[in-house]
Amino acid sequence: MNKDIILAGVGGQGILTIATVIGTAALLEGLQLKQAEVHGMSQRGGEVQSHLRISSNAISSDLIPEGKADLIISIEPMESLRYVHMLNKKKGWLVTSMNPFINISDYPPIEDVLQAIWDIPRNVSIDAEKVAKEQGSVKAANIVVLGAASPYLGISYESLEKAIESIFARKCKEIVKLNLKALAAGKNYADKRT
Amino acid sequence: MIQKLLLLGDEAIAQGAIDAGISGVYAYPGTPSTEITEYIQSSNDARERKIRSSWSANEKTAMESAIGMSYAGKRSLICMKHVGLNVAADPFINSAITGANGGLVVLSADDPSMHSSQNEQDSRFYGKFAMIPIMEPSNQQEAYDMTRYAFDLSEKFGTPVLLRITTRLAHSRAGVVRKAITEQNKLHLPSNLKQFILLPSIARKQFNILLGKQSAFEAEAATSGYDVLTGGNDTSIGVIACGLSYNYLMEHYPDDDLPYPVLKIGQYPIPRDLLNQLYESVDEILVLEDGYPIIEELLRGILNKGKKIRGRMDGSIPLAGELNPNIVAIALNLKVEKGHDTPSIVEGRPPSLCEGCSHTDTFTALNEVMLDYSPGRVFSDIGCYTLSALPPLESINTSVDMGASITMAIGATDAGLIPSIATIGDSTFTHSGITGLLDAVNTKSPITVIINDNSTTGMTGGQDSAAFEKVEEICRGVGVEAEHIRIIKPLRRYHDENVKVIREEINYKGVSVIIAKRECIQTLGRRMKLKALEKREAESDN
Ligand SMILES: Cc1ncc(C[n+]2csc(CCOP(=O)(O)OP(=O)(O)O)c2C)c(N)n1
Ligand code: SF4
Repeated sequence: MNKDIILAGVGGQGILTIATVIGTAALLEGLQLKQAEVHGMSQRGGEVQSHLRISSNAISSDLIPEGKADLIISIEPMESLRYVHMLNKKKGWLVTSMNPFINISDYPPIEDVLQAIWDIPRNVSIDAEKVAKEQGSVKAANIVVLGAASPYLGISYESLEKAIESIFARKCKEIVKLNLKALAAGKNYADKRT
Repeated sequence: MIQKLLLLGDEAIAQGAIDAGISGVYAYPGTPSTEITEYIQSSNDARERKIRSSWSANEKTAMESAIGMSYAGKRSLICMKHVGLNVAADPFINSAITGANGGLVVLSADDPSMHSSQNEQDSRFYGKFAMIPIMEPSNQQEAYDMTRYAFDLSEKFGTPVLLRITTRLAHSRAGVVRKAITEQNKLHLPSNLKQFILLPSIARKQFNILLGKQSAFEAEAATSGYDVLTGGNDTSIGVIACGLSYNYLMEHYPDDDLPYPVLKIGQYPIPRDLLNQLYESVDEILVLEDGYPIIEELLRGILNKGKKIRGRMDGSIPLAGELNPNIVAIALNLKVEKGHDTPSIVEGRPPSLCEGCSHTDTFTALNEVMLDYSPGRVFSDIGCYTLSALPPLESINTSVDMGASITMAIGATDAGLIPSIATIGDSTFTHSGITGLLDAVNTKSPITVIINDNSTTGMTGGQDSAAFEKVEEICRGVGVEAEHIRIIKPLRRYHDENVKVIREEINYKGVSVIIAKRECIQTLGRRMKLKALEKREAESDN
């Protein structure tokens, strides 16, 4: 087993939470992992990415080689496109939220962004904010996107659930419940379209 | 199964230092080194062992305090980002001459590709310059192990040791296995109580002692297991892989089937024997270093008349920027994969000041005043407020190194650019701004210094600021006239008042200080959240 995942978004959108959930689930399954994060300057409303590598064997590089990523998970549509050069052209999936985060003056028309996403073979785009709101809070949009990516992770859905339970355990029960529902809703959406 | 901790490279170093029995960590924040000290500050192990860990005012004070702890026989770690070592260079270089008593390990975190820095200098130069051993881990486990080893090495030879990492390792997580904890040293002074007095007569002796240790440092590197030569049948190329670059190399040989001989380097000075063995057995050498081409340049020599040495200097690898698996693959003539083309509609998304940041209001007011003058007069510094260089504010004209706003403004007024304005953050002010302000007072320079006092070190994530609630007092103490120390509250609703105050002080032809005082909204938000949480917990307890 071997998955190379790029996580993308804008500083403050919660990509590190997604990374922690996947990482914890991977450890539960006895897998090895390396995860390169972005800290510092680029967090303040700028573009952020994280390279997450999971494998049943030892992992060498902290960075994923170009053109070798199995999966891009993005919480922002334009950000998902920033890293398509990293995606494996033959089998890579792109899973992204459709909700633009517009904090720059030259953000392209959202129709063009979505079209470019749909032009990538093997893509899933989801209105994560709407789905999250239906589950109780827009704050869980990142976990909705994770749910939509869950069929392509190579990690069992149960492990992801367990990971969410252990990570959010320090917060209240409602938050655990909300995130589990968000995960399920995201997964449902992805299942229906494939 | 052995329990593995999932740690950032930074955290692995912190845990390694705790387990190596340090009695203190001294540091000033700086990406990508900040998380080391933060980890120790929040570690239960560290608390139980009473390891001191509060932030220092700057890297020089941190380094000197650590030398003091080493003098007193205990182990100490000093952490900084690479440019911090410029600030700490004086005590750093001289600590090599005094030598160490308790283990003294200096961590410097380099930032090739300048993810969040103003340059990509390579700290290994400093280690070589100081003539001390350097450790360069290639992964998180090595980061943990080497930190512990570095303390032993430091005490074995009575020398400071430089631990060098780069951003990628600092901020990448992987499993780490801990080992048994070493107890802290007891207080014990050096057997030679003159060793730390660097009067020329003693310094000469001490320097000779340092020179005498060099071959032992090299012999140690040959046997520690951190510099390893492995054979390969294809001798058309030999590879030297320093630190993290080893992973980028091995990425392309997942079954450990690298055909070439490779010298993996984790410790310096590099053992000449190993290097010579490699050199003699191959046709040419490829040097992989995440940083400047230090080893490459040494191997080439100034005339480059030996075997072909490939790397950054001959264009096999780009001269600037961090390495990655693709760059290494191309240097080895391996096939590289291509992903999809990035659509042209993708725009850059630079970082910006947070919505509601006090700096926005300060610079909006300053911009209005500066409309009265020709452009190019605002000397700034390093911190979140440096983002005021970008649209929409575009307020500042310089940002060179911490503290340089005030001193550059002095020089500019000396050259005739009057008025000149300096803008500096509170943490940067106590880091390196106070002495510059003293210069300005002593020369009565016609400058206005705006101190952006947001009660924190915002840029690096909101660490305690040494300037907390002290800025006004410091300015008065340094000698700024009380009537020219003005305090404003940077809020949109006070805009007109703030413009007036700034204009008045710029019109004053002496040193004036305006303290723009409002808390960073990130730390404010965090405090409020914590308060709400505590309140909720208190309620549920009842
Ligand atoms: C010598 C040196 N040490 C550390 C840093 C990292 N660094 C950049 S700005 C900064 C502090 C900024 O704090 P402050 O001046 O209070 O401004 P703020 O970010 O809060 O606006 C630090 C620690 C650096 N660039 N150079
Ligand atoms: S972190 Fe604080 S100081 Fe920095 S931009 Fe945000 S609000 Fe301003």
